[in-house]
Amino acid sequence: MNNRPIAPRFWDRFWRLANPKVFMGWSGRLLPWIATAAALSLCSGLIWGYFLTPDDMRQGSTVKIIYLHVPAALMAINGYLLMSVGALVWLIRRQHVSVLAAKAAAPVGMVMTLIALATGAIWGQPMWGTYWVWDPRLTSFLILFLFYVGYIALWAAIEDEDTAADLTSVLAIVGAVFAMLSRYAVLFWNQGLHQGTTVTVADGAKQENISNVFFQPLLLSMAGFGLLFLTLLLVGTRTEVRSRRLKVLQARERME
Amino acid sequence: MIQLFLRDVGLSVRSGGGFGLALIFFLIVVTLIPFALGPDQAALAVIAPGVLWLGALLACLLSLDRIFGLDYEDGTLDLLATSPLPPEAVYIAKAAAHWLTTGLPLSLAAPVLGVLLNLNFETGKILCLSLLLGTPALSLIGAFGASLTLGVKRGGLLLSLLVLPLYVPSLIFGAQAVRLAGQGLAYDVALVLLSAISLGAAAILPFASGAALRINLR
Repeated sequence: MNNRPIAPRFWDRFWRLANPKVFMGWSGRLLPWIATAAALSLCSGLIWGYFLTPDDMRQGSTVKIIYLHVPAALMAINGYLLMSVGALVWLIRRQHVSVLAAKAAAPVGMVMTLIALATGAIWGQPMWGTYWVWDPRLTSFLILFLFYVGYIALWAAIEDEDTAADLTSVLAIVGAVFAMLSRYAVLFWNQGLHQGTTVTVADGAKQENISNVFFQPLLLSMAGFGLLFLTLLLVGTRTEVRSRRLKVLQARERME
Repeated sequence: MIQLFLRDVGLSVRSGGGFGLALIFFLIVVTLIPFALGPDQAALAVIAPGVLWLGALLACLLSLDRIFGLDYEDGTLDLLATSPLPPEAVYIAKAAAHWLTTGLPLSLAAPVLGVLLNLNFETGKILCLSLLLGTPALSLIGAFGASLTLGVKRGGLLLSLLVLPLYVPSLIFGAQAVRLAGQGLAYDVALVLLSAISLGAAAILPFASGAALRINLR
């Protein structure tokens, strides 16, 4: 009889999912479903948001950019979080898939940051009268963007893959600490134009928050962006795993 | 460790070291600013804290790749890796030497150069204090960046890209403290936060940088 408690067995199974071969299996089976769900919720969320909601009383139709802006910003931050968790897991457990996932998350997160910055600028022009202000939120996103660029550049600069994985992981973790620090430092530096958080999932659409008419499609497109991120992440990680295998095969061929 | 520290200080003070370079660069930045922005005394006084902090930061950045670069190339670092000295201690010695040869002289030179930008003496003292409290963080973060980009050929651009976002909080609090002091407002919160960053960097980064050095030297 097996006397081991259940929890360690769960963790054994859990870490087994990160075995490259196992990972390729389940991610390959899961990918079409996630991709379809992402496409469905993105399309319906965006179409609902853009064509089936009324214009805002004061903001007119510009309010609709929220369906791109908020989910992209959400995924930009979560992308960095995921990256640092992946990096941490690599440093502690040497799971190759986790560091490859962190590597794959970086470009996606960077593009999400860009989308959030660009849509914010487009919205800011008619609303605030300027494309860019040095507002705390805007500034911290710009800094986040720089962190992504630095991380990707360090990956690209180092030839040996394991060394690159180690060094970028150290950078990602130190970067996460400093990104948080910058987030609060810029608050100190300048009181901004950007509104506070009005989209809270826990008690969304209560008194002062945004109204239900806008909130429901927003929730849908947030889910859509999350699933899109997951899809791109899986595709990216699978590509990385395959390119590693390819390199091994090539190296083996050269040996013979 | 103290030997290593003294050796680094000695190397950089002698000709060809980075000692004069940072100071000259700082002087050039401060001299060029009025040419670019016009000689209006009032306007210069407004921008002086920011310009002086930025100049010190960039001057600091200039000498970062020297921290480990030469020692990596000529194999000194490999010898240090086989010595009983842990990489964390190597990092601390190197960062301290870098601070003593760039951060400290820059802090002391800043109020003098501030005169050129119409910064009054009282504010100059705060500037000096804020740089003294803030530049250790710049050296520590810079040395961390240098240890990450050790193996990269011509990693200067990459080093600046990695290090600059990490410098943002220090720059914000440092320049803010001087600006508040210039306006006669309370600046102590900014100074306390600035020192907090330096202390935090001193607490965390030796381990991160030690790990990076081990990875690069294996």
